[in-house]
Amino acid sequence: MDSKLEKHAGPLLESVERRLFLKRGLSLGALTLLAGCELTEDEGVQRVLTAMSRWNDGAQAWLFDPKRLAPEFPESRITKPFPFNAYYEEDEVQVVDATDYRLEVSGLVREKKSWTLPELYALPQVSQVTRHICVEGWSAIGKWSGPRFSDFLQRIGADLGAKYVGFKCADDYYSSIDMATALHPQTIMAFKYADQVLPPKYGFPWKLRMPTKLGFKQPKHIVALFVTDQYPGGYWEDKGYNWFSGS
Amino acid sequence: MTMETTRIHPLPVRIAHWVNALAILLMVASGWRIYNASPLFDFSFPKDLTLGGWLAGALQWHFAAMWLLAANGLLYLAYGIGSGHLIRKLWPISPKLLARDLLDALRGRLSHADLSVYNAAQRAAYLGAILLAIGLVLSGLAIWKPVQLYWLAAPMGDYEGARLLHFFCMTGIVLFVLVHVAMVILVPKTFLTMITGRLKHG
Repeated sequence: MDSKLEKHAGPLLESVERRLFLKRGLSLGALTLLAGCELTEDEGVQRVLTAMSRWNDGAQAWLFDPKRLAPEFPESRITKPFPFNAYYEEDEVQVVDATDYRLEVSGLVREKKSWTLPELYALPQVSQVTRHICVEGWSAIGKWSGPRFSDFLQRIGADLGAKYVGFKCADDYYSSIDMATALHPQTIMAFKYADQVLPPKYGFPWKLRMPTKLGFKQPKHIVALFVTDQYPGGYWEDKGYNWFSGS
Repeated sequence: MTMETTRIHPLPVRIAHWVNALAILLMVASGWRIYNASPLFDFSFPKDLTLGGWLAGALQWHFAAMWLLAANGLLYLAYGIGSGHLIRKLWPISPKLLARDLLDALRGRLSHADLSVYNAAQRAAYLGAILLAIGLVLSGLAIWKPVQLYWLAAPMGDYEGARLLHFFCMTGIVLFVLVHVAMVILVPKTFLTMITGRLKHG
């Protein structure tokens, strides 16, 4: 631009510039936001986001310290009532029959037998008062008791070098975790909540309790588990939630 | 015709600025959608202003863009500290200088005659924005990894404290962006200098 002209027309130009800038700025903003929804559904964008989610699985596995314990709290800090959460409403909770119940064990394990509830209850138990963190952002503190999952995996002769442990649930939920988390000392088969038999709404007969993972990673009403090297996915994971989802 | 120009924004700063602008836009828009899944306070963000469509989509954006934000921020700080750019531009800030410039600003007398030098109000705002961004990244890490990074989460008041801190830092950054953009609209040539890096003296 000619500097002489600019000097004379300065204020006018500036106000035109200002208006143009405002207009462009606003339309750019609107475009970005309107495009937000379609952008996420775009196949190319979704591929990149999924690839980043896999990358984040790796980053979290790298950050995960198998010896680091989640903080434990005094019982006075327990959240009452502890919130119910599932992919269905509370009145649709599955009630698993205790007498017919069998836990199927399969995959890379030495003893592929099923377990009855009395057999499972007979295993030595530990308790924890820990924070449950939901992927939605809220958190709640609760008390769970049950055998260490690492003890159980050793008992069934699981291949502890395998990559995954997968779970199938009576409510058609399913999920899977990494072996490092499966062997973490605070990963327990929770048969009790607040010293009582785990009620149906919290996952009777048992849920896998892991204070090192988000809530949706902790399957309830588990009826089968398997050890595998093939990525088993999960109910929410297959819909786009990050698989590792560690705390 | 010859025209004198002053170089006011070095190239690394300009690149970092625009990458950061994109990263902040993605983080805030997806963060608002994540907030809506379980609001901390008695309000939600309008869905049209959010990114991701639903919680999982928003989380994917948030945890992808966080690498962009953090990597860009680290490169910017390394450059700014290493080259002396940061200290040259943002220092000194004293309460006295700040009070004088804020009063001048309210009276509409704040001078933008020399765009290569920031006044105390600008210095405080830009330094504040950098500190807020650092606060966002640290509180974000504490929310993401409250167990693995417990040493980081604990001084923030554990997971729930870090969540609140993350929200307030976001609010601070959004307020900064609103004022920042308003100022650019008032003095539009500052917009071009952040692209060309040069200021023309006509």
